Order: sequence, then C-alpha cells, then structure tokens
Amino acid sequence: MLLIHCPYCDDTLPELEFAYAGEAHIARPEDPSKLSDEEWRDFLFIRTNVKGVHAERWRHINGCGRFFNALRDTVSDRFLTTYKAGEARPDTTDLEAAV
Amino acid sequence: MTTYRVNGRGRVNTGKPVTFTFDSQTYQGFEGDTVASALLANGVHLMGRSFKYHRPRGVVTASSEEPNALIGTTRAGEGRFEPNTRATMQEIYPGLTAESQNKWPSLKFDLGAINDRLYMLFSAGFYYKTFMWPRSFWDSVYEPIIRKAAGLGKAPTHVDPDIYASRYLHCDVLIIGSGPSGIAAALAAGRAGSKVVLVDENSEMGGTLLSEPSVSIDGQPAWEWLEGAMAELDRLPNVTRMTRTTAIGYYHQNMIGLVQKLTDHIADVPDGAPRERMWRLRAKEVVLAQGAIERPMVFDGNDVPGVMMAGAAQTFLNRFGVLVGREPVVLTSHDSAWYTAFDMADAGAKVVAIVDTRNEVAQALKDEAQKRGIKTHLGYTATGTKGRLRVKALRVNPVSNGKAGDATHLSCDAVLVCGGWTPSLHLFSHTKGSLDWDPEAKVYLPGHKTEDVHIAGAGRGLWGIAAALEDGAKAGAEAIGSLGGKADVVAFEVTADRTGTGITQKELPTDRSAGKAKAFVDFQNDVTAKDIRLAVREGMRSIEHVKRYTTNGMATDQGKLSNMNGLTIASDALGKEAPQVGLTTFRPPYTPTTFGAFAGYHKGAHFEVTRKTPIDSWAEEHGAEFEPVALWRRAWYFPQAGEDMHKAVARECKSTRESLGIFDASTLGKIEVSGPDATEFMNRMYTNPWTKLGVGRARYGLLLGEDGFIRDDGVIGRMRDDLFHVTTTTGGAPRVLNMMEDYLQTEWPDLKVWLTSTTEEWATIALNGPNARKLLEQFVEGADISAEAFPHMSVVECTVAGFPSRLFRISFTGELGFEINVPARHGKALWEKLWEAGQQYDICPYGTETMHVLRAEKGFIIVGQDTDGTVTPQDAGIGWAIGKKKPDFVGKRSLDRPDIVAPGRKQLIGLLTEDPKTVLIEGAQIVDDPKQPKPMKMIGHVTSSYWSESLGRSIAMAVVEGGFDRMEQTLYVPDANGTPIPAKVTGTVFYDPAGDRLKVE
Ligand SMILES: [Zn+2]
Repeated sequence: MLLIHCPYCDDTLPELEFAYAGEAHIARPEDPSKLSDEEWRDFLFIRTNVKGVHAERWRHINGCGRFFNALRDTVSDRFLTTYKAGEARPDTTDLEAAV
Repeated sequence: MTTYRVNGRGRVNTGKPVTFTFDSQTYQGFEGDTVASALLANGVHLMGRSFKYHRPRGVVTASSEEPNALIGTTRAGEGRFEPNTRATMQEIYPGLTAESQNKWPSLKFDLGAINDRLYMLFSAGFYYKTFMWPRSFWDSVYEPIIRKAAGLGKAPTHVDPDIYASRYLHCDVLIIGSGPSGIAAALAAGRAGSKVVLVDENSEMGGTLLSEPSVSIDGQPAWEWLEGAMAELDRLPNVTRMTRTTAIGYYHQNMIGLVQKLTDHIADVPDGAPRERMWRLRAKEVVLAQGAIERPMVFDGNDVPGVMMAGAAQTFLNRFGVLVGREPVVLTSHDSAWYTAFDMADAGAKVVAIVDTRNEVAQALKDEAQKRGIKTHLGYTATGTKGRLRVKALRVNPVSNGKAGDATHLSCDAVLVCGGWTPSLHLFSHTKGSLDWDPEAKVYLPGHKTEDVHIAGAGRGLWGIAAALEDGAKAGAEAIGSLGGKADVVAFEVTADRTGTGITQKELPTDRSAGKAKAFVDFQNDVTAKDIRLAVREGMRSIEHVKRYTTNGMATDQGKLSNMNGLTIASDALGKEAPQVGLTTFRPPYTPTTFGAFAGYHKGAHFEVTRKTPIDSWAEEHGAEFEPVALWRRAWYFPQAGEDMHKAVARECKSTRESLGIFDASTLGKIEVSGPDATEFMNRMYTNPWTKLGVGRARYGLLLGEDGFIRDDGVIGRMRDDLFHVTTTTGGAPRVLNMMEDYLQTEWPDLKVWLTSTTEEWATIALNGPNARKLLEQFVEGADISAEAFPHMSVVECTVAGFPSRLFRISFTGELGFEINVPARHGKALWEKLWEAGQQYDICPYGTETMHVLRAEKGFIIVGQDTDGTVTPQDAGIGWAIGKKKPDFVGKRSLDRPDIVAPGRKQLIGLLTEDPKTVLIEGAQIVDDPKQPKPMKMIGHVTSSYWSESLGRSIAMAVVEGGFDRMEQTLYVPDANGTPIPAKVTGTVFYDPAGDRLKVE
C-alpha cells in the first residue's frame, strides 16, 4: 500500500484514504462551444498514458476532501511529489535522476 | 512397528508422546514433530498422489516449499477441514486427523494412476491439444475427465467457523528469517535500541542451526548459542519475535504482509481464539534473511517415495531425531549433501554410497567418507530408480565425455539428493528489485533495489554459518546506519563450520531413451524434462511461455523447487544462457494463504455496512421484505397474509392510485448547495436553467458527464436565493457530491459555493394518492398547501405534526404527491402519526417494487436502469430538461458531437406485448425479425418491465436503435425459453398521459 502526502493536510497517509482522479493539468476549456469536434474529443478522451513520470490528480476523499496533484512514476509506482491544485507542475529532474 | 527415531538426536520432546491419525491409522510422534517427521519416524514415506498422473509420492523437503506431502487436516468442530496443508509444516497435536489426497480407492492402490500409463497423452500442452478434437467430445468426455482429475485435495464443504484477526504494526527493522544471518541482524539492530521485529515461518527459530548442531559459535555448541541468543533478544524490550509467521508479500514502501498461525498446533483451542492473524507491517528497513532452497536433480524416477532432498534428511535427523532411511544413497553435486551422509552414518545408518556428478571434490570430504566406510562414485550420473511405493535401488552410471557408461544398481531405502542451492528471493522479487545472473554460480542474486531492504546470508549466495552470521550482523548494522544510528560491529567465532561449494545442472545424462524417462522437474504439477524440451521444440522461446505451456512452476509451491531446473533445461534446449530465456515472476503470497487471513474481520454482517433509514424498524415490524439498494436496505414490499410479491405489489399499486400510499424515500441522496454563487454553480452543473426558478419552486434536475451522457437526476428545490436542496438517486449521492466538489475545487475555485451532504440529516416520507392532501393538511402549520397556493413542483419550509419540515409537492407516481423531509430523528414519529391518521383513507405502505411500477406507468426513468452510461437526454426522451439558452453546462458541448447527433442511436421507447398477460424479461435482447439467420442483429434491450395493475396489462421500456422512428412497429423479445414474443413500440407514458391525476383539488 502506497503512502501519499496530502499537500493540504501536510501529512503522509495510507493510500486507503485517497482516490485517484485521472490525469492532471487538463483544464476545462473556457468556452467549449468554440472548440472543434476534434479539439473537444481530445479534451474528453486523449490522455498521455505516459511510461514514466505522470502528472495526475488525487483526492484525499477520506480525509480533508481536497483534490491535489501528484507526480508519480508509472514504472516504479513511486510518488515523486504532490502539490496543490492550481499550482504549476514542479520541476523534478533531480528527483527523477534519483529514482 | 518399526521406528526410525534415533535416541539422543533431535529437539522433539520425547517425554511427551502425541498420537494422531493419518488415513484412519493411528500413529505416535512426539511434541515438536510435524506430520511429516512423525510419519517418517514410523517408516512412512508415501504421503500422497500426484496431480496429473496420480503417481505415489513421498515427502521431499522438511519445509514450506514441500510440493508432494500435501494432506487434508481436520481440526475439532464442524467446518474445520483444510485441504493441501503441507505435512512438513503442520505440527502434530493429540487428536489431529490427517488424510492423504488425490487417491481412490486408497493411497496404495489408486485407479487414477491409469493416467500414468497414458503418459504420452498428457505431455506438455496437453490442455491445448488432447482435448481439442473432436468438438462433440468436449461435453461428454473431456470435461468430465478434467473435472474429475482437476484440483488438489477436496474443497471444504462448510462455512469456515474460525476467527481471523487483523492488525497493523510499525517498526524500525523487520527481519524475515531467523537462521544465523537473521539472528545476527536482530542482535545487531536490537542492541542498537531500534524497534526490531524478527519473524520466522517455523515453530521455532534457528533456521539452519536447528539442522547443524555440530557447529560451534563463540565457543558454545550451536544449540546452546541459539538458546542464549533467543534469551538475549527476549530480554530486549525493543525486540519482538514471532514464530509460525510467514511473510507472504512485500508491498510498496516496505509494507509486508505477515500471516501468523496461532492455534493450528493446539489440541484445545480456547474459545474465541483467532486461528490466524494478518499483520500489515510497515518497516523503515527490512532485512531479508530467507536462506536458500535446495535444488532437486532431474533423472528418471526421481519422484519415487524415498527420494528426497539431502538437506531435508539432515533436518529430519538433527531437528526431529528421525532417520529417513537405514540404507540411503546420497546423490549430489554440492558438498552439503556429503555432510548429510556423514551425519546419517554417525547416527547409525548404513550409507550405501555417495554418488557425485562432479569429477572432483575436496580431499577432506573424501577422507571423511572413507573414515566412515562410505563408498564414493565421482563423475557419475543417476539414470533410474527401482520401486514404486518406495525406492528400492538407484541406477547409476559413470560418465565420460558426457556419455553414460554401464549401469549398476545401488540397493537402498532412500535416495538423498542435492542439485545445488537456490537463493530464496521471492519476497525481493515482489518489490520488483532486479535479479542479476551470476554466471559462475549459475544462480540469480539480488541486484538493484527499489525499497529500503538488505539481503543477508544464503539469500545472496553466501555459504556456511560463519559467513551467514557475519553477513547478517552487517545487514543489521547497515539497517541501523540507514536510520541514522550506529550499531556495534558484532563478530562471531565459528568452528566446525561446514563450508562447501557445488554446481547445478540440467537433467542428468542417461544411457536410456530420454524420451521415455519420467524425469520430473515440477513434482506438484507433474512436469518432466521431456515436457520442457517439447515446449521449446514446439516454439516456446521465453520461460514465461514454457511455464504456461507445461505448467512448470504454476502449482501451489510456485516452482520453489522447479523453476531453476526448468529454466536450466529450457535454456539448454534453446542454446542460450539462462538470463536470455528469462525468469518467471514471483508473486504474493509466498506460500498458500487462507482466504480467512485476507478477509480478517470483514465477513458476515461485517463484510459491508448496511445503511438503514429511521423508518426501517417500522417496516420490519410490519412484515416488509427488504432489498439492498447501494448500501441501503430498503423495504421492497409489504406482503399481507397469503400474498406473494406479485399480489402484494398489485394491491399496493391499486391502493395508492385509488386512495393513499405512504413510502419511505429517506435513502434519496441530498446535497445542499449554498452560497452567493449557488445559482451560477447549479447553472453550470445541471442541464436545466436555475436563474429564473423562484424561491419555493422545485424542478427536475438532470446531471450529465462532460461526455454528454446522463449521470444522475433528482428534484431540486430552491429554498432561498442562495440555497438549493438537491436530491440525487439513492446510489448516486457520493458520486454526485464528488463530481460537484471536483468542478468546484479545480475548475471554478472562484465560485463562492459550499456543498454539504445532508442525506442522513433528513427522513423523507412520500405521500401519494388522491387523498394525500386531505391527510397531510391537518398536520401542516406555517404554510398553505392548497392546490392554488401550493402547486405541483413547489417546496416550503413549515412544520408537519410539529416537526420542522421541508415540504415538497412532487410526484414520482403520477398521483397527487408530497415529500415531507423532517430531521431524521423525527422520521419514525411522523410516519407513525401519518399512519394512524391515514387509517380513514386505508393508507397503504408500499415498497420499492410498487414505486418502480408506478413510475414506469408514467414513463419516469431510473438512472442506471433505463440508462447505462451511453444514454443522452435526447436518447432518453427528456431533451426538454435542457436549458436551450444556457451558454454552457457540464456535457453541453458533447451533445453536438457527431456520434451523438448521428441517426440510429438507441432511444428509450415503450413496448406493449401483443399478449397483454406476458411480462417481458428485463435485460432481454430485441430483434426486429426473428426469422433472420443467426447470428441475429440485436437492436436493443428491455430496461424496465412490469405487470401494471392499473392498466390490467404488462408494460415495458426498452432502448432500441432508432426507436423514436419505430412507433407502432412490432419487435421481438425472447422469453426464458427463447421463444420470440411480439411487442409493439409505443411512447413511454402508459398511464394518464395528460397528467390529470395531479390536479386534485
Ligand atoms: Zn488532506
């Protein structure tokens, strides 16, 4: 069972308290009606499916209830870091090198 | 009875005899014996039959990797039978009942052994070949044969009555394995003051030391030193020792699953004592000190009872005081088995010979053998055995230039084999740590680590007790170092250590036809060397393919004995080095684990919570039948004397439509959406427009996913400008709240809105029927609920029977209807008041089934029943619920996607059977022409289907391709026998299409 750091609670807690919520940094378009069918399809369905460091959303659903972002290596299943919703994806070059 | 017990040897308590039964025969052993050691002490080797060929099999090991000696055990009390217990791990206690498996009619004479004669038929891949043709034989011949032959042991027939405990544990250093390296690590880490947990799957600690009493450590005999070490660890308050505890799996971030067996070795189990305990342990550092597993040798007849691992024989002798044979032959390619021969000879056995496949061994070993008068054959191979229920002779041949010469037979009553040693790295593999091939030793050793783990001793290829102790102490000190502490270096003085080397090999060379040899690689799954070579010939290239084709390593022992031999043979057949052929993945659990241990306390009523409404007890008292809806237990129908469900529901429907029905709707999900931006938030989430909905008015709300498909629905009331009372489907409340939170937190964090789940806050009672208002109005204060003042789709805050209430006028039945929300604690009191006063209107309590029928008569959908995640509002015929003028809402853009506007989508329509008495089956597929050739084109399925008492006929709803354009068409739906039932397509509103019944004055 993974241990996950909630950036709002500032505490590292068992995976049981959290729920996965899909890829991060996919903002809902300001005005969806302006998007072409292809652009809207991409927003709905197209994901990076990365092998390596993946930016993803988690919710501390059995805790503070907040959504936050995480960088997780999909090969090792290791969390590099977590950060609050709305914050930019942090640079993790150093962390990645360490993994 | 012959006894093979040796006086003065072993650790069993000879002062405490223990009797038990095996296959109904009574045997005696001693306290401390396992079933295997006690049977061997009585001269019994034959302990089971093999899986595929039903060949007689004896015990092979003295430990948890045992592939053959699997027995059924029965503990006192019903339901306490367990199959496939390893006889080498089950301790005996007075009254234990054990039985052999896979035999009929008896262990010594088994009819299933006919399979053994059909050996050629059951070769590699037989599952894929033998039973493929002819197809008609499958049902009548092949499947019954496979079913009869499949499986090991008998499945238990009773519910498991035992308690399984479950706990969490945290520590600084977890040490797995209590052989010399594990103990040394525990001493190092324990003395440094860290919180240490030391676990071992055996009933006592010591590992190899229990089988090697002649070694001396720090000037003490091994067992004395061991006793001192255990005493010291027990004195340290920071050290916990756990025996009979198996580390079954190594999970992320140093979480290890431990299963501790608590009572399987006890005759009188205290009432309520748990049988096993699952520990979920999180360690800062882990030391794996699991030792090595001895490799069998692969030669014809290597599975006959009496052929076993040399190390096991040494353990049975030194730990249990049992000679596994009086005239053993030792067959080896490693020095360790020579010591077994010496120990056996010293204990009074006549060792017939030591046969070593190597051409040269250390002079000291040869001298020791000579001293004991043991013949040695170097550079020999073994090519067969004699004896079926017990080995009688070993056939050996000298080898020169890889060719086997003339055979001689060595008469014996046991063959003790050692084909080298394999480091035990299963748990390390669970961590996805890499294994590096050592081309010298031809073994895999731990490579790159992904966890905070240290591997010590034989687990990383070291040999000898001095080396293990030193390495363990080092690992313990390293673990302390990683924690930022410092451990004193512990040094050990070891004398009479039995160091040694050896080699490993493929199947042994033979002078006979290799194709006819039954040279077993995997004893438990009956896989031979021939099978593996055949798999390679038939195109398997990777060991993962060879494994699946032959089933090598796929039995309950996960190939602990067979994987490396299988890999060696496969890589030889492929002409490649082992690492190029690969290594199969080890997965948890390390050894077979009971379902009980995993389930723990989560069984029976504790398996899942049952949510009950405040009115649940009233329903129970009034004879309701219940059904589960999500986690809720809901009243399904209220049968009166002599009524079945059909009759009860017909009566409930009739009463409600004719006079008055009362329904517990408390399970409806409820969410309060409040704040200055509540209206804006509702506009963005739901399809409907909310800006113009006045305070005191309610509206049907429809929620889509961003993909445009229906996710949930419910009536939403506007309580204040900044407060909405949102209801959701019973099962949908958590999903809807999660979705709302997601948008609020991550897409629109600027909106000032608060979301609160209030499902449990309110009890909700629905009153439906022409007399609903007459009953209700006498209880209402603070509001006028007359038809004019309180029209359909209104909500008001008032008191009902003195209880503060949010009162809705809404209807899910088509009748005049009200839903009264009161604080949950008043729910039952209000229900009882309404029930009492309602008697004059023959008030009728109804359950979910009647609710379903009444709503279906009106064509109201149930999300999740009439929709399935691919249904848009237009598909469901509720496009009217979309706010056409709204610029945006969740899912709006998707409603214009090409696939959503394309013709031929499945649409929700009504179906009326030609025969009004026939009720269609929900979920049944629909065709437009039942005479078309098979396979027919399915054009949809029935989503809801009921008998309508009000209409005196059946009704149904269905999703059908292009359904809206098929009105009046006849479609066909099969009944349970496959007979097509004709039904006509209609609209979905079957009852009171004009809605007149809502207009009761
Ligand atoms: Zn949190």
